[in-house]
Amino acid sequence: MRELSYAEAIREALRQEMQRDERVFIIGEDVGVYGGAFGVTLGLVEEFGEERVIDTPISELGIAGAITGAALTGMRPVGEIMFMDFTTLAMEQLVNQAAKIRFMFGGKAKVPFVLRTPAGSGTGAAAQHSQSLENWFVHVPGLKVVMPSTPYDAKGLLLASIRDDNPVIFVEHKLLYKTRGPVPEEPYTIPLSTAEVKREGRDLTIVATSIMVKRSLEAAEQLAQEGIEVEVVDPRTLKPLDEETIIRSVMKTGRVLIVHEACKTGGYGGELAAVIAGSEAFDYLDAPIVRLAGRDMPIPYNRTLEYHTVPQVENIVEAARQLAQGRV
Amino acid sequence: MALSEARKRELLRQMYTIRAFEEKAEQLYALGKVHGTMHLSIGEEASAVGSIAALRPDDLILSTHRGHGHCIAKGADLNRMMAEFMGKESGYCRGRGGSMHIADLEGGNLGANGVVGGGIPIAVGVGLSLKMQKRDQIILCFFGDGAANTGPFHESLNMAAIWKLPVVYVCENNQYAMSFSVKRAFAIEHISDRAAAYGMPGVTVDGNDLLAVYEAVSQAAKRAREGEGPTLVENVTYRWRGHSKSDANRYRTREEIEAWKKKCPIKRFRAHLIEEGVLTEEEADRIEQEAYAAIDAAVAFAEASPEPDLSTIEEGVYA
Repeated sequence: MRELSYAEAIREALRQEMQRDERVFIIGEDVGVYGGAFGVTLGLVEEFGEERVIDTPISELGIAGAITGAALTGMRPVGEIMFMDFTTLAMEQLVNQAAKIRFMFGGKAKVPFVLRTPAGSGTGAAAQHSQSLENWFVHVPGLKVVMPSTPYDAKGLLLASIRDDNPVIFVEHKLLYKTRGPVPEEPYTIPLSTAEVKREGRDLTIVATSIMVKRSLEAAEQLAQEGIEVEVVDPRTLKPLDEETIIRSVMKTGRVLIVHEACKTGGYGGELAAVIAGSEAFDYLDAPIVRLAGRDMPIPYNRTLEYHTVPQVENIVEAARQLAQGRV
Repeated sequence: MALSEARKRELLRQMYTIRAFEEKAEQLYALGKVHGTMHLSIGEEASAVGSIAALRPDDLILSTHRGHGHCIAKGADLNRMMAEFMGKESGYCRGRGGSMHIADLEGGNLGANGVVGGGIPIAVGVGLSLKMQKRDQIILCFFGDGAANTGPFHESLNMAAIWKLPVVYVCENNQYAMSFSVKRAFAIEHISDRAAAYGMPGVTVDGNDLLAVYEAVSQAAKRAREGEGPTLVENVTYRWRGHSKSDANRYRTREEIEAWKKKCPIKRFRAHLIEEGVLTEEEADRIEQEAYAAIDAAVAFAEASPEPDLSTIEEGVYA
């Protein structure tokens, strides 16, 4: 199959959905001629014009309000906040308005937008351009949170997110933008709230999100050479979560390692651990549930320090090995 | 556009209806029949009614926490509105929203808002949406003097202006953001002066003069509809009651409140209509009585309506 990068897959989804549905438009800072801070929307303004690929002033709250109001009145906007760190500036509209309008109005309104935003460290951009804040949004009823880890998933999940009638926070990862993988040319959707087993294995389950799926798969390759067979599960949609796929995997392997980049305390791993521990998989656990996550600290600038702030392949290998060998 | 006599009588009726609704709301609260809080716009009725009178029925509004008047002026059904206020299933929002979140989407009221300034950015999106869909409608966004000092005001007015969106921003300056006087909160004389910073017209009007409000908002609506972009209209008025249910009025004097009560927008418009020969005293009294009777009927409807069924508690979170 044809290969695309993660960024190209997102762009293709945007292009195909804008061709299919004239209610879809893009709005954000520098999304036009500049192509977005990471080039994801490059070329779309030439194809669809400035009326459907709208550059905004540096007004994140305004962008969030614009997609909320437009969605409330019949459009299906795709907003972009150029770094997830800057969603802090848009929180009022996302949390108090977009997420709650439907419920507050007795289920009579809908707010079908997608807010795309890149998260994650590894670019040397330090503490204000490297955060993974997905769990803040997971905590807000009314929002959906999607976090693709591959080009294939990015395209199918974005198409599904745009067609969904709820506000969706679509969390991309900067280091994944250039990763390549098979992506069908025709439009396709991956239903939200469906997790996927990315690799099958019998010895332990790794539940990982975003770039940690890629690192976990690399770790699994190394561990396979030692005879440890790791199953890697990617929730893909953090909220609402497909609990069943995860629970089934843990029942099979009896051991689970949760890996994410966001800070450990209050991170998504705590939720996953609680879901597993509170399920029928509890009786199948042969070891404590282990979380491997970002340190509870801001992302440092220095390359070495930055590298050691969030889980890397070797950390995953080590944590998984200990868990598989009963040393936890 | 001159208002017909029938229309003027209707606008007087709307003002009385708002006054009656809010006096009743206050009573219901005092009787312990309402749970939660409320924000009364008594004394500000000309701003709501005069502004919305300048719109077409299919135009849209975004309202505020002090939004009963906007809702009524936009043509809401009083029964469903009162039922919402009383938390009943038959209310506009099935009892999930209450006073601060009443929305009448079919009537073009995109909702009151519990966050000061919360509707201002949404109006940008609605305006953009109307423009993109080439719909011949406009959005009127109400907010208070307090909201004019929030960050969203700046971001949103700028965006609405650079894109020439069909938005009318109406600032209801009722002199106080909770306890904070506009005299302390602004270093400028008129909030509408800020319009210049966004390259849009700004106008300050006597917000207790229904016809002046109607005139100013009509011009703003015309501009918006003709693609010339947003306008900032400031209606100067006064909140007779406290900010919300719990307010000891420590920040202002009784004399000040009494002085403003003498400028009652309803009495003023009523006197004007009688002087103009549109109404007699008796006809005006009858309009007033009918308004209060309609509110009594709404209360009866709301009280007879069922509470939401507990089995439906989580409905409406997701589409």
